[in-house]
Amino acid sequence: MQEHKQLAPVIRVVLAEDGVLLREGLAGLLQRFGFHVVASAGDAAGLHAAVAEHEPDLVVTDIRMPPSFTDEGLRAAVDLRRTRPGLAVAVLSQYVQHAYAADLLDSGDGRGVGYLLKDRVADIEEFIAALRRVCSGATVVDPQVISQLLRRRRDPLAALSAREQEVLAFIASGHSNAAIARTLVVSEAAVGKHVGNIFAKLRLPQADDTNRRVLAVLAYLRGEAYSRG
Amino acid sequence: MSPQTALEALAGRRLPVSGWPWRSLGYVLATLHAALLAAALLAVPAVPWWMVLAAGPFPAPTVALLIVLGFVLVVALGPLIAVPVAATSRWRLAIVDRRPAGHARRMPGGGGVAGWLRARYADPAAWREAGYACLLATVMPAASVAALCTLFLSYIFLASPVTIALMGSSGGYVALFSWRASTVPQSVPFFFAGLVLLVLWSYLVTLVAGADAAVTRSLLFGGGPEERLRAELTEVAASRARLAGAFEAERRRIERDLHDGAQQKLVALTMQLGLARLDLPPGPAAHAVTAAHEQARQLMADLRDLIHGIQPQVLTELGLPAALSELADQAPVPVTVYSGLTGRLPGQAENTAYFAAAEALTNVAKHSGASSASVTARAAGGILVLEVRDDGRGGADPATGSGLTGLADRVAVAGGRMLLSSPPGGPTVLRVEIPCKNTSS
Repeated sequence: MQEHKQLAPVIRVVLAEDGVLLREGLAGLLQRFGFHVVASAGDAAGLHAAVAEHEPDLVVTDIRMPPSFTDEGLRAAVDLRRTRPGLAVAVLSQYVQHAYAADLLDSGDGRGVGYLLKDRVADIEEFIAALRRVCSGATVVDPQVISQLLRRRRDPLAALSAREQEVLAFIASGHSNAAIARTLVVSEAAVGKHVGNIFAKLRLPQADDTNRRVLAVLAYLRGEAYSRG
Repeated sequence: MSPQTALEALAGRRLPVSGWPWRSLGYVLATLHAALLAAALLAVPAVPWWMVLAAGPFPAPTVALLIVLGFVLVVALGPLIAVPVAATSRWRLAIVDRRPAGHARRMPGGGGVAGWLRARYADPAAWREAGYACLLATVMPAASVAALCTLFLSYIFLASPVTIALMGSSGGYVALFSWRASTVPQSVPFFFAGLVLLVLWSYLVTLVAGADAAVTRSLLFGGGPEERLRAELTEVAASRARLAGAFEAERRRIERDLHDGAQQKLVALTMQLGLARLDLPPGPAAHAVTAAHEQARQLMADLRDLIHGIQPQVLTELGLPAALSELADQAPVPVTVYSGLTGRLPGQAENTAYFAAAEALTNVAKHSGASSASVTARAAGGILVLEVRDDGRGGADPATGSGLTGLADRVAVAGGRMLLSSPPGGPTVLRVEIPCKNTSS
């Protein structure tokens, strides 16, 4: 609990989820960890209205919502990011869908955005940590999406060493070099070297570091979109 | 076994006390109404013939011309006139024929009015129906009228004692040939004659109805056994496709219900357990809640897999190309997907193609020893073509694995076909063609 006291001011959240039970549960969970849920909606229209009214710091939305139960939440999230570049958005997906993740990361400059599996909410601390990283501008892609991508031994991925793949997975989960160094028990300089190699092997343009990290993740999500479209 | 038709009932010893004579009476009455309908409709093209009979006398060439003209008109309009006549008669047949009636030949759908007319005039069944309408308007009612007259006569005789008693001494009498009855005692033999006549009538009416029904059935329900079989096969294929469609819809419904119901609740429950775990001080209770949380998470994963197995959400939501990409991702060997599909296809075509690709990729992984595979999907000319190719050792045989047979069945249900080429040494190519119409482009 001392963790959320450090976070001032309080993060104001708009929540969109059509299942009442889960919506209430999520609201309770977020309040419990010091987020302030200013409004919750059951569909995309409600989400747009609530965001316009409350101007929150973070939007957490389900992808599949009424009326068509396909990707309303995702489209709403992409729209919101276009009109409000500073708004942090985390979408919850029922299953791994790379096209969804790529669409979302593409919106805005890819910062302050998260693509998480709905099941992730069960791993409460991890879920909350991911939301906080999104709020602080990081790009967070669900670990399962990354592990699926890493399982495939093809295209740009083949060029990366095992260690580099591991580091990329952490980058995609929104971790900083320092955090990665701590987890892997190596020096931050070593992590920096791996990251540099990854950027080089993926032929990412020279840009600021955060942006390249996003591009690295996108490169994977897109790797498939391009070769398969 | 109880008789199924009026003709079978004739052989029964208890016919006069069974319900069959009365059913037959109902049928005969219905025949007369149907005959009136047929006659009224046929009277229109038969106008030239009426002119010959009623408006004459004409010179011989005119008579010949009118007769030919009437013939041409009857033939030209017959198949159309026969539509309502045949429809009412099929319904009528159920009164004295308990056998399954089957279906009339289905007209091929589509093509609008012109297409329907073309099909109608080309259909031999339509011409049989037209012949039946002519028969019904002319010959068939005669026997029915005879049966009704017999019943009426029997009624007169049976009622004669009462009639005479009511008439009293007004000089009225009941007569058969030269035999008269003018008093009640004299009318007793008439009464018994009426009884005998009623028994005879029961056989007569059943025979008339039975014969009529037999003619009706043979003319309205397909000619030879081969034609009937073909019609039945068409019907079976159609009903199989309907069943498969219903099954498909049901699967989607179950998937939606599970997703919106059980899955949501389970995620909420797991979240609650996770929260409870955080709040509990270390101890046996925390341990138990941690275990419960872990089990709930496992259950969540199981349920997600189950739902995916019932109906992949990615297929429902994003369509075939995305679903094929997902399949490719999950395959243990590298799979490249080439999709030329734009827009969505009908659900059954998408599902069948997805199932085919899944089955084929499973075989690639299990049996082929391939190092890579490709999936190609495209739609052209109303046909969805899916091809799965691998660089494995080949030699796949539908006879040895039930997977390919099941796949062929499933493709056949969708009205498509499956082609397999797998020479020893490879490569194996599985091609599935499914008829479909693009719902959007």
